[in-house]
Amino acid sequence: MGSASVFLIIVVISLVAYYLTRSRSVAVVNGDVRKLHSRPSYFGAHAAIWAILPATLFLIVATNVGSNFVERSVRASLPAEHLVKPQNEQDIIYGMVRSIATGFDRLSTEERAVVDGDITKLKSVLGSKGLPLAQDPQPFMVDAAKHLTSATTTSHWIIAVASILIALGGAYFSYTRVSPTFRARNNVERFMLWALILSSTIAILTTFGIVGSLITETMRFFGQVSPVNFFFGTVWDPRFSTSGSTSGQFGLIPLLLGTMYIALVAMLIAVPIGLFAAIYMAEYASRQIRSVVKPLLEILAGIPTIVYGFFALVTIGPFFRDFSAGLWGALSGNYTNFIEAQSVLTAGFVMSIRLIPFVSSLSDDIITAVPRAMRDGSLGLGATRSETMKRVILPAALPGIMGALLLTGSRAIGETMIVVLAAGVAANLQFSPFEPMTTITVKIVNQLTGDLEFNSPQTLVAFALGITLFVLTLIMNVYALYIVRKYREQYE
Amino acid sequence: MTDAVFNPAASSAAAPLRDIGIKRRRAAEKRFRAYGVAAIIIGLSFLVLLLVSITSKGYTAFFQTKITVPVEFSEKIIDPTNKRATDPKVLITANYPNLARDAVAKVVGIDPKDRPAIARLKGFVSDGVRAQLRDMVLANPDIIGKTVPVTFLASANIDSAYKGQIDLTSAEANRKVSDSQVEIMNKLSEAGVLREHFNPAFFISGASSRPEAAGLGVAILGSIYTMLIVLALALPIGVCASIYLEEFAPKNRWTDLIEVNINNLAAVPSIVYGLLGLSIFINFMGMPRSASIVGGFVLALMTLPTIIIATRAALKAVPPSIRAAALGLGASKMQTVSHHVLPLAMPGILTGTIIGLANALGETAPLLLIGMVAFVVDYPTTPFEPATALPVQIYMWANEAERAFVERTSGAIIVLLIFLIIMNFAAILLRRRFERRW
Repeated sequence: MGSASVFLIIVVISLVAYYLTRSRSVAVVNGDVRKLHSRPSYFGAHAAIWAILPATLFLIVATNVGSNFVERSVRASLPAEHLVKPQNEQDIIYGMVRSIATGFDRLSTEERAVVDGDITKLKSVLGSKGLPLAQDPQPFMVDAAKHLTSATTTSHWIIAVASILIALGGAYFSYTRVSPTFRARNNVERFMLWALILSSTIAILTTFGIVGSLITETMRFFGQVSPVNFFFGTVWDPRFSTSGSTSGQFGLIPLLLGTMYIALVAMLIAVPIGLFAAIYMAEYASRQIRSVVKPLLEILAGIPTIVYGFFALVTIGPFFRDFSAGLWGALSGNYTNFIEAQSVLTAGFVMSIRLIPFVSSLSDDIITAVPRAMRDGSLGLGATRSETMKRVILPAALPGIMGALLLTGSRAIGETMIVVLAAGVAANLQFSPFEPMTTITVKIVNQLTGDLEFNSPQTLVAFALGITLFVLTLIMNVYALYIVRKYREQYE
Repeated sequence: MTDAVFNPAASSAAAPLRDIGIKRRRAAEKRFRAYGVAAIIIGLSFLVLLLVSITSKGYTAFFQTKITVPVEFSEKIIDPTNKRATDPKVLITANYPNLARDAVAKVVGIDPKDRPAIARLKGFVSDGVRAQLRDMVLANPDIIGKTVPVTFLASANIDSAYKGQIDLTSAEANRKVSDSQVEIMNKLSEAGVLREHFNPAFFISGASSRPEAAGLGVAILGSIYTMLIVLALALPIGVCASIYLEEFAPKNRWTDLIEVNINNLAAVPSIVYGLLGLSIFINFMGMPRSASIVGGFVLALMTLPTIIIATRAALKAVPPSIRAAALGLGASKMQTVSHHVLPLAMPGILTGTIIGLANALGETAPLLLIGMVAFVVDYPTTPFEPATALPVQIYMWANEAERAFVERTSGAIIVLLIFLIIMNFAAILLRRRFERRW
């Protein structure tokens, strides 16, 4: 019996327990529910929780422990000459045993008869069922597979029966506790509170998960490539992703520079546009214009980045290339393009479009948060609106705006799909905005798509890049949030 | 009396106004304002440019050029040696494309024996015709020897040429469709045989290396699975976490830490979540690669901060008087929250959830890392099977070299944007309909 169907049975038991216990609580006081400490549905809920919670926890734990236990017993039952082999060969043998066992489940009775008679046919028969075997199967593997099947079935049955018994026991326990003085509501509410607390720790767990997984994989990478070569290397050339080969070079510098350069180009375009748009909307625009323009600009932030990437790939990139060819041709008569289709400029330009609404909304909020009195005072002294903005409001809002720009910058650095399609994959170390460069995020995607071999530095380097990116954006975010918070307190 | 008339010319002549730079200041004011207008116009024109560029390239993907001709299921071509009764392989390996080719040749009026003329028909009909005719014959072997009208897909190049996407004025060697093919195409079109049809296969089919047969079906289904998992995980966990933080949590270091944490998680680059998913869900927990379940888990973690922030704002907006009234009537803290505060905050929570889901729907990078870049032809029946998602399909098509995939990619983007527009509209409607001002 599968875990899913066992769980379904547990759910049914808990539902039945809910109704039975609820009606018993009413029956205990002969229908006069005012005499109960809690309302009847709390008694029901108490029973449902007792039926479902311990049984489900047991089911989850026992399923994992059980399959481990079965694996160990099957491995121990292998013939002695295989037990002395190295671990990875044993793993291959066990993998085949498992494939054969799953294969047996899928075969019809006639096919089983054929295979039982002649073991050499097993490989082709299983192959036709979509289960390719690594080597030719041997008789001891078939025996082990049968052992595995029977042990798995037994363990499933034991776990299923035990979980259902636990569910029934929990329900019975709660059922017997029904009495007018039983504080069912408090019990249920305590349980609910714990559920809430658990949920709120998921956020912390996610952070631990990110940091923990990045650090462990990065440590494995640094076991094969020295951190000095990674952080200060100027050549990115990881070579092939074959296990054990460390001949590649993993220099972070060209990727880091590419990331910064593209982010800088994007910010140079997005910040003036976004800032002026924010100033206009906060200071000059009428309510109607504001209510139309603001959501329209925010659409730009809602469009998925892959769409921008494609836009760069088929529209902006070729446009820059042809435009530069035309310009150069008109100037010198030689029609060659000086801007590549995939270049720092293309990626930065398209990224800037997406960043405009971030800059404008964040700055808009901050500008409107400057106390009215400062603005009115300046206008009252005869300053024009632009002078008020330039000399009073912007200086007052400057720390907040800096925070907003930092947040936007961290977004530019972590941006992936636009640069994957628009910036190119060549890790060049150069300074022309018209040439392709690549970024940290592009290389993470490059190293981790396709067939993976998890022991090679070519794959693990992605985690080292990931932690660099994470730390970089984390510092920017923490500092930005700190500035924005401090700024907000100043005016509250 | 006339002497007393105020004469501005005379008085200004007498005492000229001190030049305090009013003109300059007014001009600066105007300039400043113009910068603002220009910035907004630039931003909006980027939006228009983006949308126009995508829709003009993509709307044709919803139509497909097809050729309807009477096909003679000639025994001479399918089974020249008449062995099909004994050898079932004959019907599987027969030269079906020739049937289609001859049928088209007949309509255009090319003699089947004229080899050079026939050769020009090569690459006119989609390669998928082989499987299409084979399935017809296998399903009904009696069809052999009869003539039945059949509708084929035109090949991608002919499709592009018919839709006018290939510049026919350029040199013949530089394009994929020759002049003679265009001539045949026009003949077929005049005969009413070659026409554009609405293309439902674009929304239904799975992956294909032939652009004319490639569709979004698997990607849409994968996205739906993923979104359902995100909704099932992120909404309850996010709401529970917000309720605790907003209504129950004491103000101490621990809850401060959680707060800072959530704000930071909202700003972590999405690709880092992909690394988390790869390392924890796939490597450590041994979940299947390329499956929507892992995609759903990763995107749920990514959406959680958005939902928590929106939910907390919605809970904060419920006035304290409601809580005080409920508590005053004897409700417990938990009853106050679950019977009164939560229902009142629900519209705000749902709006935030929909916006979080819309972000997750367009997210690509984390899904690339957990291997949802897969060539999946068949529908996944459960979330544990390999699938792709809409944005990932767009990425894969964007990387295809063939010209005809540009149209497909833009079409897929339109589909994705339509989904997003629907979700955002739902969020706006929800807010308009249920928003309360206290």
